[in-house]
Amino acid sequence: MTINETVDQIIKEFNLFDDWMDKYNYLIEMGRSVPLIDETQKTDSNLIVGCQSRVWLSSEYKDGIIYFTADSDAVITKGIAYLLIRVFSGHTPTEIVGAETTFLDMIGLKEHLSPTRSNGLLSMVKQIKLYALAYQVKEKNS
Amino acid sequence: MIEISEIKIQSVRDDFPILSRTIYGKPLVYFDNAATTQKPNAVIDAISNYYRNDNANVHRGVHYLSQYATGAFEEVRKRIADFIHAGTPNEIIFTRGATEAINLVAWSYCETFLHAGDEIIVSALDHHSNIVPWQAACERKGAQLKVIPVTPEGELDLEVLNSLLNSRTKMLAISHISNTLGTINPVADIVAMAHAKGVPVFIDGAQGLSHGPVNVQETDCDFYAFSAHKMYGPMGIGGLYGKTVWLEKMQPYQLGGEMIDKVTFAKTTFNEIPYKFEAGTPNVADVMGFGAAISYLETIGWDFIITRENDLLQYATARLSEIEGIKIIGTSPQKAAIISFLIEGIHFFDAGTILDHMGIAVRTGNHCTQPLMEVLGISGTLRASMAFYNTRQEIDKLVDGIHRVKTLFA
Repeated sequence: MTINETVDQIIKEFNLFDDWMDKYNYLIEMGRSVPLIDETQKTDSNLIVGCQSRVWLSSEYKDGIIYFTADSDAVITKGIAYLLIRVFSGHTPTEIVGAETTFLDMIGLKEHLSPTRSNGLLSMVKQIKLYALAYQVKEKNS
Repeated sequence: MIEISEIKIQSVRDDFPILSRTIYGKPLVYFDNAATTQKPNAVIDAISNYYRNDNANVHRGVHYLSQYATGAFEEVRKRIADFIHAGTPNEIIFTRGATEAINLVAWSYCETFLHAGDEIIVSALDHHSNIVPWQAACERKGAQLKVIPVTPEGELDLEVLNSLLNSRTKMLAISHISNTLGTINPVADIVAMAHAKGVPVFIDGAQGLSHGPVNVQETDCDFYAFSAHKMYGPMGIGGLYGKTVWLEKMQPYQLGGEMIDKVTFAKTTFNEIPYKFEAGTPNVADVMGFGAAISYLETIGWDFIITRENDLLQYATARLSEIEGIKIIGTSPQKAAIISFLIEGIHFFDAGTILDHMGIAVRTGNHCTQPLMEVLGISGTLRASMAFYNTRQEIDKLVDGIHRVKTLFA
């Protein structure tokens, strides 16, 4: 599935919910059920500093594809991290660098994109893009 | 204790237009008053009226509007001096808020009085704003920062404080009321302890001035900092009270504008206090709003404010304590209407996000008190900080909200 196809899929899933509570329930379920990161990857260098909850993001580059794993001590943040991984993990650096991130707005999680939220979501998106950019540069130079 | 009717509470709520708005379609329950209080019509109108009718730069003009603005501006200075019982209006310096007032003293006082090998005492209970400027002053001057520890109840350990005070101590900086736990520090006793050892005391009153009367002469503190926006006034304005004897000896903090006396390229001399510390055109419109806030508080009266806030604090403490898995952080018997708490097994960010969707505004996180969080061994709390316009019904909504959060994350 391309990044855009996954995004469309997620938008469709969220459109099924009329009530914000159901939306959060869905995020909470995802945040709970998915093992997102190897415990050994929960290092300080993988920690994204946000004032509210702690978020770890780790990346692995294999055969031209980037794989992301993440975790957070807050369940909602972990659910959002899961969404981001679903969208971006398993793609090439070029695909990730060029991808739009407006889908979070479209599924009604706009408030999490405000910089004052400090839940690390903006930093997570930024970090994903930075990893992709770094791998892209590395690829070009090799 | 005075009796307060529902009608009176509603009429006070009607003074604050924002309290009737909705959030996500639900009535706003505003429990973030320690971050900033809401503004009554009187304050909003005073600012608007100033720009509509009275705007002119102060202190500089012979024309009518400038003289009128200057008179009104200086009248507010006098009203603030009366409100906190300062000796003279010259002891009141306008700043952007409490943080700027702390920075002013941490620079200007320390420039003159702090030397290598000296010590400054701060507390583990305090806001970053009352720690970091002093820490920076110590680094600049080669002095040492000493820290008063906090008891498990969230009170300052006064025995340790007493042992920290010595002839090298050049300043003791503490808060009047803890923004995170609500603890009201026994500031008059602390000042007496410090003065007995010849140490001046700086009080961060950001949370202090909205919950009860302050008398700086009775307390005998050397400095007292405050922010208008935490006392129903506008943002971006606040002030510093300082004893004349200190202010006259301190270096100016910023240069230019009304603080100048005479300028030549050989030498510049500075104006008298308080102008010596007020560089540039001041925030006149918000000073007008600040004046209106003080008038409003005086009209409402401390009896009403204290009675209401004590009732809310007791009711909220009792209702929250009934919920299984709630832990209240900060249990001093001397507390303002600020309650920090944790819900067992649920991250404060998760809880705060869900409460927000119910229209309930609480604060989550470390509340700019990271050293305190470290002492308490937690990374943050949920904080409900109440004001006299809040109601028991709103506390019931918070309690219902917490039950819903517990079900959702169970």
